[in-house]
Amino acid sequence: MIARAAIAAIAALLLAAAAAAATKMDPVPPSGENATGMSALDVRLKRLETELRCLVCQNQTLADSNAGLADDLRREVRALALAGKSDDDIKGYLVARYGDFVLYKPPVKPITWILWFGPFALLAGGGAIWWVVLRRRARAATAGDAAGEARARALMDDSDHDNGSGP
Amino acid sequence: MSKEQALKSFRWSLPLAIFVILVAFLWVGLSRDPREVPSPLIGKPAPAFQLAKLHAPKETLATADLKGTVWLLNVWASWCVSCRVEHPLLVELAKANIVPVYGLDYKDNPDDGRAWLAQHGDPYTASIVDRDGRVGIDYGVYGVPETFLIDKAGIVRYKQIGPLTPEALKQKILPMVRELQK
Repeated sequence: MIARAAIAAIAALLLAAAAAAATKMDPVPPSGENATGMSALDVRLKRLETELRCLVCQNQTLADSNAGLADDLRREVRALALAGKSDDDIKGYLVARYGDFVLYKPPVKPITWILWFGPFALLAGGGAIWWVVLRRRARAATAGDAAGEARARALMDDSDHDNGSGP
Repeated sequence: MSKEQALKSFRWSLPLAIFVILVAFLWVGLSRDPREVPSPLIGKPAPAFQLAKLHAPKETLATADLKGTVWLLNVWASWCVSCRVEHPLLVELAKANIVPVYGLDYKDNPDDGRAWLAQHGDPYTASIVDRDGRVGIDYGVYGVPETFLIDKAGIVRYKQIGPLTPEALKQKILPMVRELQK
C-alpha cells in the first residue's frame, strides 16, 4: 500500500516536471507578446531562435544562450531575416555550416527514420506481443474450462448413474 | 524441433536479442563524444574568404590563392586555453615542413594574437584575422581549436574538433595529406 502511494507520488512529480518543461520549451510566444513592444520581426526571430541549438552549450537554444557564438549567430539570423530570407532559408544557411544538429527538430530522412519511427515501431511490437499473449491466455483459459466442464459432466453422469441404480 | 521447443527457445532468444541490441546502441551512443558534431562541410568546397594577414595587415590571403596546394586551416585564438595544448605539435609539424598550416585568428584582438605567437612560437605559414567571427561561422566553427584539411581543389577533407593529438596527426591527417599531395 505504501509502495503504491509512493509510486503514485513519484508519477505525479514526474508529470508535473514534464508539464513544467513543456511550458518552458513552448516555442510559440504568448499572443500578448506583441503588446509588450516587440515588433513582428522580433517575434519571428524569437521563435526562430528557440528552434535553433546553441552549439557551444548544446542543451540550450540560441534564444537562451549567452555564449559568444550564440550572439554571433543571433546577429547572423537577424541580418538574414532583414535581407528578406525565409525561415527555411535561414535554417538552411545554418544547417549547411553546422549540420542538422543545429535544429532542435531533426528533419525526417533515412538516417533519422529510427529516431522518428522507432518509438512507434517499439510500441507496435510491444502491442503485438501483448495481444498474442492475451489471446493465448484466453485460449488456455477456455480450454481449461472445457476440460473442467467435461470432467464435471462425467462426475454428474456418474452420480446420475448411482442415483438411477439406487432403489 | 517441436512447436513447443521452438516456442521455448523463442522465449529465451527474444529478450536476449533485445538486450544485445540495447547494449550495442548504448555502447556506441555512450562512447561517442557529444561535443563532436560531424561537419557537413566534409567533401564540400571550403568556404571562400579573403582576410587581412595578422603580421601584414595591409596584405590579404584568399582561399583562391591556395588552389593547387594541400593545406591545413587551424582555427586558434590568444584567449583559447586548449590551443596551448596543441600548439607544440603544430610547431613541430611546421618544422617537419610536410604541409603548410594557415592560422585563422578567430575573434581575437590582433595585438593579442601577435603577442601570443611571439610567446608560444609561430607555426603558421600565415595567419589571417577573423575579427568578428564571420568566416568562423562559414566554416561551422563552434569551438576553438578546430583544424580543417583542404585539398588542392579546395575541398574540405577532414575536420579535427578540439586540439590536435599526435594520434590524430599520425593516423589520420598525415596519411590523408600524403595521399592528397600525390
